[in-house]
Amino acid sequence: MAEWRNGRWFGLLWWAFVAVGVLQVESACGVVKSEGFVESLMLRPLPDGKTLGHFRFVNDLREEGENGHHRKLFPKAIYQIVQKFRIQEMDLSFTQGRWNHRLWGGLEGLEALGVKPGGVELRAQFRQSNEEADVLWRNLTHALSGLFCASINFLENPAMVSEWGGVRQAGVGAVRQGSLPRETVCTENLTPWLKLLPCRDRAGLATLLERPRIHNGNYYSLRVHVKAGHGSLRLVQTLTVVLKSSETSPASRGRILAPDEDFQFRQPNWSLSTLFGRPLIGACPLAISSHVHMELEASLVEELKRAENQTPKISQDSQNEDRMRNTDGRGDGLDLNFDLVSNEYFQLNLAPEGVSKESSPTAPSLLLSYDVQKHSKSRPLNVGMSWRAPIAWSPRQGPFRATQFLTGRGNGRGAIVSLVHANGDSCHGSKRNTQWCPVSELDDGTSPAIDITTFQIVPWYFRLYMHTLKVVVDGERVSLKKGLKLRLSPADDRKSPAVVEIGLTVPRNTSTLVISVEFDKGYLRIDEHPPDANRGFDLPSALFTFASSPSPDLMSKRGAVPNQLEVQVYSDNLLVLLATPDFSMPYNVITFTMTALALYFGSLLNSLRLRTVREDGVLQPASRFSTNLRKLVALITSRKKLKTL
Amino acid sequence: MAKWWVVWGGGTLGICVRFLLVVMGSLSLLDRRVEVVSPVTSLSRLAEGYWLKEYGKSPYAGSAYHGSPLLLSLIGPVIGDRQDTSIGYLLCSCSLFVVADLMSALLLRSTGKLLEHGHSKHLQLLGLTNLLREKTDRKDKLGIGDISFLVYLFNPFTIAVCVGGSTSSIENMLIILSLYGAAAGKVPLAGFGWAMATHLSMYPVFLIIPIYYLLTNGLDSPPNKLFELAKSVEPAAKEDSCHGKDANDSYLQSSKSSSKGLQTTPMLSSRRKWVVISKLVFWSAISWVCILRLCKVALLGRSSLITMWLETHKYMLTVDDLTPNLGLFWYFFTEVFDFFRNFFLMVFHANIAFMVPPLTIRLRHRPIFLAFILTAICSMIKSYPTVGDAALYIGLMALCVHELSELKYFYLLLNGYILISVLGPVMYNLWIFRGTGNANFYFATNLVYATLQTVLIVESVSTVIGYDKHLLKEIKLHSSNKSSQLHPKSMEVSA
Repeated sequence: MAEWRNGRWFGLLWWAFVAVGVLQVESACGVVKSEGFVESLMLRPLPDGKTLGHFRFVNDLREEGENGHHRKLFPKAIYQIVQKFRIQEMDLSFTQGRWNHRLWGGLEGLEALGVKPGGVELRAQFRQSNEEADVLWRNLTHALSGLFCASINFLENPAMVSEWGGVRQAGVGAVRQGSLPRETVCTENLTPWLKLLPCRDRAGLATLLERPRIHNGNYYSLRVHVKAGHGSLRLVQTLTVVLKSSETSPASRGRILAPDEDFQFRQPNWSLSTLFGRPLIGACPLAISSHVHMELEASLVEELKRAENQTPKISQDSQNEDRMRNTDGRGDGLDLNFDLVSNEYFQLNLAPEGVSKESSPTAPSLLLSYDVQKHSKSRPLNVGMSWRAPIAWSPRQGPFRATQFLTGRGNGRGAIVSLVHANGDSCHGSKRNTQWCPVSELDDGTSPAIDITTFQIVPWYFRLYMHTLKVVVDGERVSLKKGLKLRLSPADDRKSPAVVEIGLTVPRNTSTLVISVEFDKGYLRIDEHPPDANRGFDLPSALFTFASSPSPDLMSKRGAVPNQLEVQVYSDNLLVLLATPDFSMPYNVITFTMTALALYFGSLLNSLRLRTVREDGVLQPASRFSTNLRKLVALITSRKKLKTL
Repeated sequence: MAKWWVVWGGGTLGICVRFLLVVMGSLSLLDRRVEVVSPVTSLSRLAEGYWLKEYGKSPYAGSAYHGSPLLLSLIGPVIGDRQDTSIGYLLCSCSLFVVADLMSALLLRSTGKLLEHGHSKHLQLLGLTNLLREKTDRKDKLGIGDISFLVYLFNPFTIAVCVGGSTSSIENMLIILSLYGAAAGKVPLAGFGWAMATHLSMYPVFLIIPIYYLLTNGLDSPPNKLFELAKSVEPAAKEDSCHGKDANDSYLQSSKSSSKGLQTTPMLSSRRKWVVISKLVFWSAISWVCILRLCKVALLGRSSLITMWLETHKYMLTVDDLTPNLGLFWYFFTEVFDFFRNFFLMVFHANIAFMVPPLTIRLRHRPIFLAFILTAICSMIKSYPTVGDAALYIGLMALCVHELSELKYFYLLLNGYILISVLGPVMYNLWIFRGTGNANFYFATNLVYATLQTVLIVESVSTVIGYDKHLLKEIKLHSSNKSSQLHPKSMEVSA
């Protein structure tokens, strides 16, 4: 400090001056706070012992105050892309791994959109008409490809892009949507993503994102969502990861397992440090709020409640309960009859600073929250859970499960079959999910049915035969005349993909829905094949949307917003083998074919050349031209003979 | 000469065989075979086009359908969405093609009868009564018409195409119709058939040449030079016949006296030729206008005629669909470098177009044979060939059975076709279903098939040219015999 020279003081003064000036300008414009950054992490123990981590970084920008191009928090790269390409809404996701719907349930409560399928998916809505959107889209794919180090630029090819967004499309702007199912996601995509955060990965929740651990997870999905409103801009970056705790199991310590310790294999204890390799040492100083939530799923809470009822025991840990009641004002209405922090099944590393019930009416789960800003390097936040006894619960499921598979034999023809079936356990027993079920006590027969919509982009080389479309609901065929809504934009060879949207309304007690369409497998040119053509071609996943408008009494009871009852589920990407040509043969094929043609041309001309009727004097004498020609030929040939002699 | 049992028995049997095969489920078995259906003729694609049209889109959206809107309106309502598998539906959807096949066979028979008549007349004009007698002696022998009727109706290729969900039967019928119209001198029929066939499958555009020669020069006949030659030896022959050596053959005599009017050639005068040409042009133009108007109506405004052309004829020219078939295009354009694509497209199509003038110059006196050769060439160098094209040219080939009786390598060719019919599906199965073979296996059979067709074409041409040569020899022999007998000195004069 003492060694500071005059120059430094000058610089400091100058900066202070500028800062005062900026502040004055800001106050003159009447803008108090034009930018805001919020970070949060949601942790959810999954029934199979893994843990779901869902990071969410929200960056808001209000543009009323014209600060020129200066932004304090909002990333300039995104701002420029939005301005330049006139984007209204953009959604980009990089996903690796396969989401296990059966074991992990859905993501419905966390985001409006469901679990993203593997690969890269990009969807953009422009503030432009359709014609200009093509150019904007092309440039956007290139810009994003540069920004995120991914081959998004392959999406510039219109043969992979849909020109409408299905049910998700709102507003008038042109929509472009495409996906690259085989794109692998790597740390080189994560780094530019982190650079968009105000604190990057130096502080705050993003410090947890240690590359090797993240990429060793079972599922990993990066998302960037930008939405421009009237004078505002919102950037939501989310990272969803499913990790297994690295806590060493008792067995690996060389001990023989006690029978009750066996479950530790399946349900290892977990905490931030065993999941991510380090605890949380503080929030990003630029964030308005920074929270870690732990979600206990509704069915888990139900299980705990039931267990508590079965074995009534004396409240031994009154201190804990007191603390809970003290800290959590909102927890009063939760009617929990068990100890949340330490019960016979698990113990939390830290008592939560707040407990709330999620507002979602579909599956109200418990949210335990921790404020990261109250923690520091000296008092790190290491949220975690230690299991005491095995407990099984079913994951939070959507109303329906959707899968897709291929039928057919060989590389000639096949059929795409989408199978939607109701999640049986969401309607039965104590874990009943009232919104979606044929609830007898609530249902007076007037409750609306469920709208199911599937949306799929099918590349042109799967030639769909839409006349073979079969939609079967519970064994009964539904035809176009009987309420099947179909929106179709047929494929054009090498120009555009087929985009199919099938919508139908089914009663709530529907158990299965089968949609099948036959297709012919196309044959590609040799240069249209990807480098490893024998791996197969990806059929991008279908998006299933289940929408149900709630019955009026439920609405009044829970105050639910209708659009919260929309659930989106992606099916898995499918791999389709296409017949391939021999890649090493172009020259052989060219020479063989041309030989065959030459054989035809040459021999046919030769046979035509043979004269049938010889001039015998009786017939017309040879014309003067031909005799002259013959003389000429004779002349030339004789000369040649002379030369050779 | 007309064998009634051939028409009735053969026709009934042909229909029965087809319906039996359909009931046995040939449709589901064959409508995916690349040998039987091509992207242009496939009924599955037609059903898709019809569905799209009913749905309110252009039938050409989705790159599925590449045929005519007229077929769509004609066949679409009959086949529907092809989901029904009841026997009634199957028979109903197939009956149109069976009728088309029967019609083609009957038209071939009528053409054959005309040819037969012309054939004997020409031989007589040439004075080659010995050849004629040889033929007429065998009363039990079938006529050309009956032969081609049976050959067309019972060709396995024809049957496969008819019951296998392909529209080739109708295209073939129209081609045969135009040839029959031209052979019978019915200009409107010829013009309509040609316009319709060209509209459906483009390649029959070359058939305008045989049609023109059929209308102006008449049916297949030996070259004019032979008639001139025969005329020069005619006096001798005439005297000879006047001596009453052949007087017992009343048929010959009556035709001889009737042939006096035609003395030299059956050709028309140049003025009448122009009349015929203008009539042909007129009727073709009328047909074209009607076809295009009807197409426009059939498209219901969901697609334009330009789109129709782009999706049908241009689609055949540019070979965008590389689905394997019997031709050479698909694999070649799969493998060839993008840079050379357009060049080779031109080369391939030029191989048909460039061969038309020499063939015309050489074979214009035999228009039906020329039509056979042209259809065979098109079938070989076509973008989407099927066995239906082979069925057509084999049917036409049967019309030239007299001229081709000396065809070399007939046994080889027959075996070759059988070989291809067996090996093609086997290799396809190895490549597509088993995965143990690759595309080269299948393409090799296509190359063999192309070579086989080359041999057939070249041998047929040489045989017919040889046949003309043989006639010349016969005439010379005949005249020298006669003149040496009667006027020993006239031979020197003619020599």
